[in-house]
Amino acid sequence: MRHDLVVLTVAFGYLALLFVIAAWGDRRAEQGRSLIGSPTVYALSIAVYCTAWTFYGSVGRAAQHGPSFLLIYLGPTLAMLLSPFVVRKMVRIAGAQRITSIADFISARYGKSAGLGALVALIALVGITPYIALQLKAITLSHAVLVDYPAPPALRLAAAPFWADKSFWVALVLAAFIILFGTRHLDASERHEGMVAAIAFESLVKLAAFLSVGVFTVFVLFNGPGDLLARVAATPELAGAMSLETVPGGALGWVGMLVLAFLAFLTLPRQFQVLVVENVDERHITRASWLFPLYLLAINLFVIPIALAGLLLGTGGDPDSVVLTLPLASGLDGLPLLVFIGGLSAATGMMIVETIALSTMVSNQLVMPLLLRFGRLPRATRRGLAGRLLAIRRVAIVLILLMGYLYHALVGDAYSLVTIGLVSFAAACQFAPAMLIGLYWRGANRLGAALGMTAGILLWAWTLLIPGFAQSGWLDAGFLADGPFGLDWLRPYALFGLEGWDIYTHSLLWSLTANMGLLVGVSLFTRQGPLEQTQAALFTEAMHPRLAQASLWQGQTSRGELRALLDRYLGAAATARVFADRTAEDDDQPAPAALIAHAEQALAGALGNASARVLIDSVVRGEALDLEAILGILDTTSETLEMNRRLEQKSRELAHTSEELRAANERLRELDRLKDEFVAMVSHELRTPLTSIRSFAEILRDSPDLPEDKRARFLDVVVRESQRLSRLIEEILDLARLESGRLALSPRRLDLVELARHSVEAVQRLQEERGIALDVAIEVDDAPVIGDPDRLEQVIINLLDNAGKFAADEAPRVKLCLVRHKAHYRLSVEDNGPGIAPEERERVFEKFHQIERSDDTPARGRPRGSGLGLPISRGIVAHLGGRLWVEDAPSLGGACLVMELPEAPADKETPAEPATS
Amino acid sequence: MNASRLIERLIALTVLATALFSPPLLLIADRVGPGGLSWLPLYLFVAWGLVIGLMAWLMEHRDQE
Repeated sequence: MRHDLVVLTVAFGYLALLFVIAAWGDRRAEQGRSLIGSPTVYALSIAVYCTAWTFYGSVGRAAQHGPSFLLIYLGPTLAMLLSPFVVRKMVRIAGAQRITSIADFISARYGKSAGLGALVALIALVGITPYIALQLKAITLSHAVLVDYPAPPALRLAAAPFWADKSFWVALVLAAFIILFGTRHLDASERHEGMVAAIAFESLVKLAAFLSVGVFTVFVLFNGPGDLLARVAATPELAGAMSLETVPGGALGWVGMLVLAFLAFLTLPRQFQVLVVENVDERHITRASWLFPLYLLAINLFVIPIALAGLLLGTGGDPDSVVLTLPLASGLDGLPLLVFIGGLSAATGMMIVETIALSTMVSNQLVMPLLLRFGRLPRATRRGLAGRLLAIRRVAIVLILLMGYLYHALVGDAYSLVTIGLVSFAAACQFAPAMLIGLYWRGANRLGAALGMTAGILLWAWTLLIPGFAQSGWLDAGFLADGPFGLDWLRPYALFGLEGWDIYTHSLLWSLTANMGLLVGVSLFTRQGPLEQTQAALFTEAMHPRLAQASLWQGQTSRGELRALLDRYLGAAATARVFADRTAEDDDQPAPAALIAHAEQALAGALGNASARVLIDSVVRGEALDLEAILGILDTTSETLEMNRRLEQKSRELAHTSEELRAANERLRELDRLKDEFVAMVSHELRTPLTSIRSFAEILRDSPDLPEDKRARFLDVVVRESQRLSRLIEEILDLARLESGRLALSPRRLDLVELARHSVEAVQRLQEERGIALDVAIEVDDAPVIGDPDRLEQVIINLLDNAGKFAADEAPRVKLCLVRHKAHYRLSVEDNGPGIAPEERERVFEKFHQIERSDDTPARGRPRGSGLGLPISRGIVAHLGGRLWVEDAPSLGGACLVMELPEAPADKETPAEPATS
Repeated sequence: MNASRLIERLIALTVLATALFSPPLLLIADRVGPGGLSWLPLYLFVAWGLVIGLMAWLMEHRDQE
């Protein structure tokens, strides 16, 4: 048997641990080594969304209404998908305007309206109190189940005096905790780092506890998921469980609930607190946008197995307690305690954050504006008003928790956990139009927001809250069926005769329609005040990169007045921080605009935007910038941005052009160098034969008595060198014609086979003289191509000649092949010489390029080439539409030059003429 | 990747997720499986996991770019 004392010790021990963690977090924050500066902690703190309602209520809802419990988590998943720009924008605004709560946010958006802030705070109080009650109920109920099992939990709240009720003491202990860690700083826009660390820790605890029950259920109570499913299949009563039919309202109810959860996630005060106010770094949103949905998925993974196990094993009692009764029924001691602690984490986490958010709203949006208006503030004291403000907030914390307790004690019995939660969700949804539309539509104004929210919350009360009271027996339930005063069309669950919807979708439809309709409609037909216009522009344009709020004030005041104001409301220390870098100057000097803006921000962080504006207005003469001026700033900055962008583009273009120019210049220089080289090379080539001709001619002239045979030999040299000279000049002329495109070719249809044979015949005798073996392998019968026969023959002879020159010294061999390749003919000439290295292969087509022979001896009288043959050949082949290149010799191992020419079209009626005419 | 392209992708993903979680597709998944249970919960968890995976890929991948 679990002793009550053990349970209480563990529970209070756990709360003490939270104190320690929170204290540690605050200490680290003071030292500047923040504990919560991580996206993971941020994501875990958002998981305060999972309350006791998730922990106990999900299983109950799954057992009764199938998979609809998942909607409460799919909605936030959708919201988190949009968080990288929606939440990010809210965080950016909250930072710039020192927003302290959702009430402050909406009030600031609509011209720092005190009335609107108060309205939001009131709605939040009325709508969220039941939710806090729900957490108290969960703690009390789970404690009772834990202690009394297997007897049904003794829960006769109304019968017992409140001091005997444990939830009363839980509420008080939590109040102490929240006062200690939630109201350390006056500035509510400063982060509660210790509290956030404690919340993140609680998120881990509740996840671990729930997963433990899940694993226990699936793998200990049953032999894995297969066994559980088999048992379900064997139970006919469970057929059809978990289908859409079990969802209240069917498909329509499904969509309604999805929208409800989506909007509530963004507008619940505690979610706004952790998402926006407690955000340390905008970049954390990136990670949290998927990590938090992942957390939701994990904590829901075992809900259905636990619900099914509860239905199968019939542990009895409330379906909301199945998480606890399943391990209890197995006679375990430790696991139920862990579950209880998990549930406690979920409940306390929610209550802590929600109470801090609500107490800030109460002090800044309800109490402060009233005190300011009725002048009930005491004259300046030494500590200023800081102590008084904190006292207001502390009292508010106690009152809020006591209200939650009262609601729990008086109404709580009538509802299941989920029902209370959804009623609160629907209330929070009424903030969504004013907040989300106001974030993107500059035209939304204060009157529209106020009327819309009022209408929305009244419809919510009529369609959800009051019927709830009626069902718990506070009111006569007759009006539910017949309508008030017999007015049939006013029935709360079927307003205007809309029957057959589930109550939440029904309520959401009417309240949001009225809310949005009034917000948009009234905004379209009324005017905004100047401050409203300014704030609307600042909110909707919040992501504008150059928007610095500091420059927006233009009023005038003296530094002394400003200092006195801050001193009075914030205390000396905070005043000193605002004036930190400006102490040296005189108090009679006018305060610069940036200082006024800074002072207003500091006041807003402590008192809320509306009160801060009232106080600043009391000392500053002149107005803040109006809409025109702000739009002017936005326009000039966007113009400047646009100019910058264009300028950048132009300079990029310029850089690109100059790069191109440099490259062209480089190319020209290279060409110039090549030309010089060419001229030098040509001169050199021409001078060699000329020199020998001249020297031999001089010998012949100067030596009349030279022997006849010698004279004949010298004349022979002169003739040969003259021939070489004229051949060289011919080649140079050819090359010049080729390069200038003036080479006269007379292309016609001819047979390449015949031409090849003819060329071979022409060189055969010469090659044989040099001892070169010449093979011919022509694999086609005829090879019709278009070409200039003389020029082509020149190319083939040149190839054969070259191959002969570079064939091996021992047993030189040359081989000519002619094959058909696709629609081309390929004539290749290979030799058995050393071959040409791959990197040299293109260079042999350069002018005057000479292949270096390793032995460097013109063996067997093979003449050196001019170095122009191959470039000319390539030029001719290219003119005829073909290609000429070098590759490895396929059979002889040396180099192989391949000439490829396209096949002549067949429709040419004139038959091929002999190429050798 | 520029900011407007990221926003476009996020909106596309949100539309996809909304479609996956809403009735027309849901009704297809809502069939009775072999054990007498509906396939709906399994479908929801798989679709949910897929959306989270895509979001994680989108956000973390962007950091490296």
